[in-house]
Amino acid sequence: MLQLQDAGFSYGGRDILTEVNLDVAPGSFYFLTGPSGSGKTTFLRLCYQALMPTRGTLRILDRDVRGLHREDIAQIRRRIGVVHQDCKFIDHLTMMDNIRMPLQVSGRAGELDDANFQDLISWVGLSSHMNALPPELSSGERQRAALARAVVMSPDLILADEPTGNLDWEMAQKILTLLVELNKMGKTVIIATHDLQLIRMAKAQVATRVLRIANYRVQQAGADL
Amino acid sequence: MSGLSVFLGNMKVILSGDKSADKVVPPSGYTANLTTFTAASMAFLAVFAMALSLATGRLADRWSGELTRTTTIRISAPEGQMQAQLAAVMNVLETTSGIATARVMTDAEQRRLLEPWFGPDLPLENLPIPRLVEVVEADNGPDMEGLRLRLSAEAPGAILDDHTRWRRPLVTAANRLRSLGAVAIVLITASTAAMITLSAQSALAANGQVISVLRLVGARDVYIARAFVRRYTLRALVGAFIGTGASMLAIFFLPAAAEEGAFLTGLGFEGWHWLLPLIIPPLAAFVAFWATRSAALRALKRIS
Repeated sequence: MLQLQDAGFSYGGRDILTEVNLDVAPGSFYFLTGPSGSGKTTFLRLCYQALMPTRGTLRILDRDVRGLHREDIAQIRRRIGVVHQDCKFIDHLTMMDNIRMPLQVSGRAGELDDANFQDLISWVGLSSHMNALPPELSSGERQRAALARAVVMSPDLILADEPTGNLDWEMAQKILTLLVELNKMGKTVIIATHDLQLIRMAKAQVATRVLRIANYRVQQAGADL
Repeated sequence: MSGLSVFLGNMKVILSGDKSADKVVPPSGYTANLTTFTAASMAFLAVFAMALSLATGRLADRWSGELTRTTTIRISAPEGQMQAQLAAVMNVLETTSGIATARVMTDAEQRRLLEPWFGPDLPLENLPIPRLVEVVEADNGPDMEGLRLRLSAEAPGAILDDHTRWRRPLVTAANRLRSLGAVAIVLITASTAAMITLSAQSALAANGQVISVLRLVGARDVYIARAFVRRYTLRALVGAFIGTGASMLAIFFLPAAAEEGAFLTGLGFEGWHWLLPLIIPPLAAFVAFWATRSAALRALKRIS
């Protein structure tokens, strides 16, 4: 699914990540933790090619990212669902249009009929908000909508950057439950978070691996997590 | 041809309405009206430039065609010598090669020529008016200098006017005016492309966040560009239709061309030329399509 070999990323002569070696198997569930500014978001941005590694090798969905054309990156992104910390919606479009956007841009709008779409938004608990604009929703509702958009294309890999960062514990549990359900359906999930309580809760529900970023390196977390 | 087929293929999508692509670009309010207004103005001017070019073309053709092969001989002589000089002139013309026909203009024809200046009741018979002989040249034409010399010898009161003196600069001027009309159309087209490029670049710069989100969900550059292309192509098409229609109406209601052919009253379209302005709206759409598409794809390459 995702292989990194001695991969690294530096910016302005400063290392952000270095010597990353990782092989993420399909269907696995990973947490990526570490203090703020440690490089968690950079790692995820490498995974969906918003950034390119400055060193080493990165293979995503069996493709080496080196030399990929912008069109190839677009194709790969259609197989990756991303939940951004700030959700990244188009504010003048309704939630329905935002959630359907990945289907629209890939010319697959007809593949998800109304019934399936209703199932999806019921699953994230947003049935009554489809005609609302993003600024009209609460943080928790936007995060769930972002999750719905991330999975609408039935991607192979789901990346979530602090998906519960601004939410209360009850809402965070709901988001985690949805991500665990997706993993049980066979999706590979990588969550960047510094919420250790969330990680412990996930471990109780599903087999997870926890990585910690420290000193620009990604390493297995200790047994205490 | 491939460029045209890309345009036609995209026009099908544009006109059929890819609403999903259209919606991703936020409405731009009054700037949208400015684009339509500019396209309408440019189309209005283009139709006038076209009418000017066609009218001057007709004028040049008429001056160089109808008058090229005609020559006038003016005979001024005392009353008692007029008939003798006239006979001498006709004799010279009959024996000169390169002349198809020659005839003395009747009193009625001369009166008609003088009518605009002296009115219809001119007593021609009481005035010392020169007699005019209209000469139509054959294909190879006469030796004008030789004819002039022979006339001065045989009929001293006859003056040969082959029209060249005043016709040549007029034909040159009309041809240049026709070229200027064509240049004006080219400049209007280029200005339309420049205006739409600037407008599209401004819209792309203002929608960086939207473009970023679209890319994150897997949109290809062509899809993003199409959203802008559709909008600007339709605005240019609608604006150009309005401008072309208004301009054609304005030209239609210009005063009709008088028989004397005063230049300004001859500005307009004749016959099938009325169909020519109808190519301006699709041309404007084509220009807008390519200007927006190339501006968008160029800008998207720069945006990481």
